[in-house]
Amino acid sequence: MTKGKVRALVLRGPGTNCDGETVFAFEQAGAEVTTLHINQLIRKEYNLFDFQVLVIPGGFTYGDDVAAGKVLANELKVKLGKEVTRFVDDGRLILGICNGFQVLMKAGILPRLKKGQAPPLTLTNNDSGKFECRWVYLGVNRKSPCIFTKGMEQMYIPVAHGEGKVMGDLTAITEKNIAVYYTDEKGDRTAGYPCNPNGSINNIAGICDDSGRVFALMPHPERHILGTQHPQWTRLRAKKHGDGFPVFQNAVKYAKDI
Amino acid sequence: LESICRELLADPVTQDYSYNSASIGNKKKANIHDIEVAYNAGVVDPVEESAMKAIRDLGITDVKAIKTAKRYVIQGRLTEKQMAEISGKLLVNPIIQHTIPSGRYKFAENPRYHFKLNRIELLKAGKAKLAELRKQFGFNELEFKAIFEYYREQGRNPTDVELETLAQTWSEHCVHKTFKAKITYDSQIIDNLLKSTVARATQELNKPWCLSVFMDNAGVIEFDDEWALCFKVETHNHPSAVEPYGGAATGIGGVVRDPLGTGLGSKPIANTDVFCFAPPDFPHEKLPPGVLHPRRIFKGVRAGVADYGNRLGIPTLNGAILFDKNYLANPLVFCGTLGIMPKEKSQRGLQKPGDLVVVVGGKTGRDGIHGVTFASEQLTDASGEHSFTSVQIGNAIVEKKMIDVLLQARDRGLYRRIHDVGGGGLSSAVGEVGADTGVRVNLEKVPLKYAGLSYTEIWISESQERMLIAVPPEHIDEILKLFASEDVEAAVIGEFTKDKHLRLLYQGKQVGDLTMGFLHDGRPQWQMKAVWKPSRHNEPRFKQPADLGKSLKDILATWNVCSKEWVIRQYDHEVQGGSVLKPLVGVCNDGPGDAAIIRPVLASNKGAIISNGINHEYGKIEAYWMAASAIDEALRQIIAVGGDLKEVALLDNFCWGDTRRPEMLGALIRAAQACYDMATVYGTPFVSGKDSLYNEFEYEGKLISIPHTLLVSGLGVMDNVKRAVSMDFKRAGDSIYVVGETKNELGGSAYYLTRGYTGNRVPTVEPVKAKAAMEKLSRATTKGLVKACHDCSEGGIGVAVAEMAFAGGLGAKIEVKAIPLAEKITRDDYILFSESNSRFIVEIAPENKTAFEKVMKGAVFAEVGKVKKSNRFEVIGLDDSKVLSEKVADLKEAWQKPLRW
Repeated sequence: MTKGKVRALVLRGPGTNCDGETVFAFEQAGAEVTTLHINQLIRKEYNLFDFQVLVIPGGFTYGDDVAAGKVLANELKVKLGKEVTRFVDDGRLILGICNGFQVLMKAGILPRLKKGQAPPLTLTNNDSGKFECRWVYLGVNRKSPCIFTKGMEQMYIPVAHGEGKVMGDLTAITEKNIAVYYTDEKGDRTAGYPCNPNGSINNIAGICDDSGRVFALMPHPERHILGTQHPQWTRLRAKKHGDGFPVFQNAVKYAKDI
Repeated sequence: LESICRELLADPVTQDYSYNSASIGNKKKANIHDIEVAYNAGVVDPVEESAMKAIRDLGITDVKAIKTAKRYVIQGRLTEKQMAEISGKLLVNPIIQHTIPSGRYKFAENPRYHFKLNRIELLKAGKAKLAELRKQFGFNELEFKAIFEYYREQGRNPTDVELETLAQTWSEHCVHKTFKAKITYDSQIIDNLLKSTVARATQELNKPWCLSVFMDNAGVIEFDDEWALCFKVETHNHPSAVEPYGGAATGIGGVVRDPLGTGLGSKPIANTDVFCFAPPDFPHEKLPPGVLHPRRIFKGVRAGVADYGNRLGIPTLNGAILFDKNYLANPLVFCGTLGIMPKEKSQRGLQKPGDLVVVVGGKTGRDGIHGVTFASEQLTDASGEHSFTSVQIGNAIVEKKMIDVLLQARDRGLYRRIHDVGGGGLSSAVGEVGADTGVRVNLEKVPLKYAGLSYTEIWISESQERMLIAVPPEHIDEILKLFASEDVEAAVIGEFTKDKHLRLLYQGKQVGDLTMGFLHDGRPQWQMKAVWKPSRHNEPRFKQPADLGKSLKDILATWNVCSKEWVIRQYDHEVQGGSVLKPLVGVCNDGPGDAAIIRPVLASNKGAIISNGINHEYGKIEAYWMAASAIDEALRQIIAVGGDLKEVALLDNFCWGDTRRPEMLGALIRAAQACYDMATVYGTPFVSGKDSLYNEFEYEGKLISIPHTLLVSGLGVMDNVKRAVSMDFKRAGDSIYVVGETKNELGGSAYYLTRGYTGNRVPTVEPVKAKAAMEKLSRATTKGLVKACHDCSEGGIGVAVAEMAFAGGLGAKIEVKAIPLAEKITRDDYILFSESNSRFIVEIAPENKTAFEKVMKGAVFAEVGKVKKSNRFEVIGLDDSKVLSEKVADLKEAWQKPLRW
């Protein structure tokens, strides 16, 4: 391990498939990235606490059988739940993207559930009834403590999911926990489908915990790191970095001091 | 149970649960009907496995088996007959599913298998018995005679597993007997069509960047100093006809294993899918029995490809969907995968005697037995019932897990050779890999899904998600540990020998022994006859319509031309982060892009371009020009997005009717000859290919044969992806150019089709001229002079300009008079909708016109109009009157409406 570098752990399980681009995003942002299979953590071949950032990337873990992210969430909760909780309480960062969001929510890590508490929120089937891959505008909640979206205003990044609708009892979180929400190009939060691609209540695209250190979202910031990933770069000229890049820069910047 | 339901199966926010009771809700309500659907025995549902794992994670270890079923509760006053129709036509496919009486689930106990060697009396069999045997295993007379002679020399009778091995290995699907046949064609003798056309072009071109062609599971070309690209497209037609979802899903699964099993293994990075169906509005009452409605096939295939491809995390970047009524019983499902691997691992490996035969990935069940022989047969209306074992639904996660581990094993150098286990199962894979040395297999060591399989079933099962590797004994412990560490099945099932024999054992007893020489070289070459009969269609007779706007909208709304966004959106085309030009482009991300571009290595600016060319309509007139047009189209798309012809590799996929009929074979020969003629001039070698013949269906004595269909897939390497160009118009005031000549070539055109004609003047290709123009256009793009470029194909200039306008959210005005013609054409509609090949529509900024014209000098091109700020597409006709004036939004609506499902 290189001294002084931020160490990020990209955790994969059977069916994780966005690990490559997530590694690339963190590396571009200056982190040293290790990809581990969840079995390697369960068998204690590696120590979670050697890392400052834990990332659960997108994919279809265990085929999303039963419900999206559910089987991995169950495994994470039962086998690594205590460690992950300690990881958060220790001041470290967790990022969940797409399937990672589903896993964190269904494992009771985001929002954090007390033992035995029934989960107030869930991620369920899109209103369209379909898996959809499309680009969406995200508004960033400036009042949110989210470390990952600090200083950002808007992101244009893709979604690719069938079960991304946030639903349930919103009183379980407060406005500041809603780190990013779906908008139209101009930032209007009332634009409806397809700007809000899944029918998520209050247009919620991603949430964070009160500390701002645990953040998860359905859209994919790691798929807009390069200028040429923008769907209209041939019209607008490619920018050097994509809109999702600051998410990773923010994480690395913050984690340097952990 | 409470814990399993609450913690795992039900989502407390959105769902409710009950257990040990028949149903949720009040069943006694009037007019409530239940239909409960479960998978047939032997169809493995991935959910069962995942749920089992999760339950074990909860600490509950007493669960023995899990079954899933889906219950539909329907309210309404419905008769038994109506209920049967709903369940039969919509909810249940008897190939894989059945309805069950509510709440009564059966857990099948699989009976144990008791070994008994099955020898088949051949040498003393009578004539009738011999004929029956020959038919049973699907050999022709010459083949069967060779087999008889082999056993007579051996002085013994064959075992069942030996005959099965020969049947699989010698099947059309595995060995391409037609393409390798000796054909009498008019007065000519063609000895091996593949070698004398498609592969010959590659050999003559002898490109240094071709690293592996026609010998491995996929073609391999150089990408840069470090990496190689690997490309393969296959069909999975017959399984998709009877069970669209599973057929298409396992089609993806199968083709992904080709690049994975090429060289020492490549990582899949992009998929391409092309489908041919009967029109979705085909009348239900005309549907032959045993045939699924095209709409159901379409939806099932789409779902299968999306579910499997999305789960594997491979972006589906490119494709096409075509429609013709003769695809009714024989839909075509082409699946392609692009892979990347280190250049030094691009060559096929070779095992050493003593290396171990290891099968990895999925377990073996009774799935897909006789899939290969099924693929090589005609479908009949009884196929649905007979083919139940041929179809599986696939388990993408098993494949994904296997890929993840195999690539680690490759990088650690733990195996010497890799091969996919596909059609023909272990019999084909082990037989093929073992050919160079000899091999001994202990069939009882193959991991099984359930008990009860005979040694022959194990050997020929086509269970998905399996690969074969040859592992040196010194690495076996490490590699088995690696697979175990990620919960992926891996088992040593035998050993490579040096005796050039294929020996099969079951529990220590020999059940089969064939010499590799006979297995691979003993098949007598087929002798076939071919003739070429040009076809004649009615020449259209209709006057130019007064309103060409309506004609244009009619073309835009045809099934072939209309927007396929509904399908594309449901594929993940962004995963892996490499996309540079996506399938949907333009100001609203919904315009029809030409080729797709990806960065195989994210940190590099080098790109890979994937394109395809296909048009079965032209084949109704002349297979030669259909093939030439397909190649031209695949190349046009590459040029249109900013690529060049310097390093372009092609794949061929021929889908044909029964080529045992001489005129059918004649058309195939014509198409293959066009491949040679075009590829040699364009300098674009074929690197791999595949064929699917016998796509015919017999119904009430009538034979329905698919139209001749050739899919040409293109793979181009691009030096700098930042030079890419999309097809959407960019700015009002820019000039619109047409590059290439327009001829009176409307035979097989989308325009004629809307009028109910096929015609005879099929689009031709002049490759020498076309290549020169393409090279100039590439140069202009590389210099940054081109703002938008669109391949001109179905619907001609009219459709191409309209698409560029609505993709860019801009208007356009063009003059027919300005369009460069190769011959005199006096009708606006013909000029506007002719489908002549080798043409492009190009947008050039005013300040770059001179530079562009200088680069293009020598090629046929002309400025034909301007991009407009107005919201209209206008065309000024030959007589200076306005022959077309339509709101761009209306054109877009006409184009988007048909498949907005």
